[in-house]
Amino acid sequence: MDFSYSEEQQMLQSSVSKFIHQDYDFDRRGKLLDSDTGFSEDNWKLFAELGWLMVPFSAEDGGLGGSAVDLMVVMEEFGRGLVVEPFLASAVLSGGLIASGANEAQKRELISLLMEGQLQLAFAFAEPQSRFNLSDITTKAVRNGDSYAVNGHKAVVLNGSAADKLLVAVRTSGGQHDCEGITLLLIDANTEGVQRQGYATVDGHRAAEIKFNNVMVPVANRVGEEGAALPVIEQTIDRATLALCAEAVGAMEKIYKKTVEYTKTREQFGVVIGKFQALQHRMVDMFTEYEQARSILLMAALQLDVNNGFAPKAISAAKSRIGKAARLVGQEAIQLHGGIGVTEELDVSHYFKRLTTIQYLFGSTDYHTRRFAEH
Amino acid sequence: MNIHFSPEETTFQLEVQQFLQKKLPDDIREKTLKEIPLTKEDFVRWQKILYKQGWAATNWPVEHGGTGWTPTQKYIWANECADIGAPDVIPFGLKMVAPVIFTYGSEEQKQRFLPDILASNVWWCQGYSEPNAGSDLASLKTIAVRDGDEYIVNGTKTWTTLGHWAEWIFCLVRTGGPEVKNQAAITFLLIEMNHPGITVSPIMTLGGHHEVNEVHFNNVRVPVTNRIGEEGHGWTYAKVLLTHERTGIARVATSKKRLQTLKKLAGDTCDGDASLLENPAFAQKLAEVEIDLLALEFTELRALAAVSTGNAPGPESSILKIKGTEIAQLIDELYMETAGYYGMPFVREQFKSGFDGEHVGPGVITSSVPRYLNNRKSSIYGGSNEIQKNIISKWVLGL
Repeated sequence: MDFSYSEEQQMLQSSVSKFIHQDYDFDRRGKLLDSDTGFSEDNWKLFAELGWLMVPFSAEDGGLGGSAVDLMVVMEEFGRGLVVEPFLASAVLSGGLIASGANEAQKRELISLLMEGQLQLAFAFAEPQSRFNLSDITTKAVRNGDSYAVNGHKAVVLNGSAADKLLVAVRTSGGQHDCEGITLLLIDANTEGVQRQGYATVDGHRAAEIKFNNVMVPVANRVGEEGAALPVIEQTIDRATLALCAEAVGAMEKIYKKTVEYTKTREQFGVVIGKFQALQHRMVDMFTEYEQARSILLMAALQLDVNNGFAPKAISAAKSRIGKAARLVGQEAIQLHGGIGVTEELDVSHYFKRLTTIQYLFGSTDYHTRRFAEH
Repeated sequence: MNIHFSPEETTFQLEVQQFLQKKLPDDIREKTLKEIPLTKEDFVRWQKILYKQGWAATNWPVEHGGTGWTPTQKYIWANECADIGAPDVIPFGLKMVAPVIFTYGSEEQKQRFLPDILASNVWWCQGYSEPNAGSDLASLKTIAVRDGDEYIVNGTKTWTTLGHWAEWIFCLVRTGGPEVKNQAAITFLLIEMNHPGITVSPIMTLGGHHEVNEVHFNNVRVPVTNRIGEEGHGWTYAKVLLTHERTGIARVATSKKRLQTLKKLAGDTCDGDASLLENPAFAQKLAEVEIDLLALEFTELRALAAVSTGNAPGPESSILKIKGTEIAQLIDELYMETAGYYGMPFVREQFKSGFDGEHVGPGVITSSVPRYLNNRKSSIYGGSNEIQKNIISKWVLGL
């Protein structure tokens, strides 16, 4: 048993960490949030140059191996820096679907473009009624000769407005909740009948409502077999969930430490507030939650790489436990900072916002607790 | 002991219902129910309607124009208002500074200030906290130096809610030399905001709202006649105000209404083959909050009953603040759980009045995350919940 990073992983970590320290301070990030696209194209190119966009992909696909631990290393650093570039949505989630669901020709075309930073993708899975249930799909694709006609509404599509192409989970047969009959289509975002309404999310990322109105999609743009996409989707969402958990752990580490530092300098009643035992114990609780979160993250990452069938349960365990930790650490960071904690001008509130949305993205804490119990 | 309304109280309840149905403007009601922020004009319009009815000041004695209601009547009023969607009155004038003025102010001050507060002719704000005086309020640094018939005030106040709309501010300032002990140096001043030495700068909070401000005083001259009571006694007056603030802070009726709305929303939300309301984990959490709220409702009624028998609200009112804010914050989280992915969009325009674009997500639920974020402040303001616990441990438990 060995929990230390390999030399390559240490190098990867220090390269991401260096970028965060040098090029991703709070003010620069703030400017990105206010920009039209919500992230920096230059940063995205840099991610490609530094090889980070290759991290999610296997060596056969031209990537760096695609291990869950590598992914964790990158995402933890992104969590510390609150990175808003669509690495998770485009490279991990959409790239993951291509890697595990697409045919060789599709892979050759798309994965290299993704890794070179020349392609933005988004995965449209959720619908207004679906909540976290991945098989609840009403967006319909009806086959007619060599194409599908797609109609429906996809909700809160991460990176939906910047994406060049959309991966869309559609129903080709069966009822609304059936596990069978779900198909993945690759749809050019500018296709006639695709209507996108982009917006910022509360955590500073970007998403879109996407409506499909008689969108014609060539059958050749189907990813994987017709009607059999759900296992691929579940597996890829699990991997993205692990990445999100790693981001949460990075963000939690940052704000529990910031909170401890703040209480060592903030004076009230003639002493620094960190001297109050009532507050000390609460910071110990934050620290304990963070450590538990890190432990379960490692467990899940290692299980995902072993791939012995336990992975889905391990991922739900991690998402549930880390969601609980993110709630406590985030809320306490704000409370212990007091008034200044609820302002936009201090970075703590921005970490808190991301730690809040992470609790719901890809299934809430309750959802994953139940999934763990039922699996 | 009994839990029933008397026939008079039932009649009163009917009267309140009829009044609200007839006089509450539809646009204000809709905004309140949809949790769209009200404008200054909205608040003033509603409070003037209350004034005309004689119901603007529910916690004032009758002699100054208050309702003189019993605790039960206040309870009925709060519940009916929350139920129909009537906004809370802005507390700074009616609920905070007015009790200080009618308790400790001079006759001249009562005549001068109370009628305009009652009629909502003047908007007040609160000048207590400072950048380095939060929980330790008594360490405040804003200084008032006596110069003939005036004080010259210098310093900075912060977290001033809706200070950008205010015409007057009530302030705690430091008077006397450095040898005077913290609390004995504090004086209570009423200051008009249109003085050129006062600047108000906005503070944006994490939910994207501009509600609070910093207020800077640069050689602001304030007539000595604007001082409440005696120099150096401001802390005593301020504490009275804070206990008044704390009872209102429980917001039991609002939480009841929000739970009721939440149940409907969760009932309409699909969760697999059933509704979210039927999800055991969700139902359990909802029930736990509802039970705690039932207990708090009775804790608040007990506190109100104690006040009506002649006691000022005691340190026990700190319980109301702690539990009231904790429960409201848990309800916020249940809203977020109900929203699912639709908690994420942050489309500010759609929560402004007059928005006619395509609404992202189903209505009120899409503001659940900003609301949760914004409401984290409630366990911090009005004396943080940690300070409330200090008050209870010192003054109730004698520790």
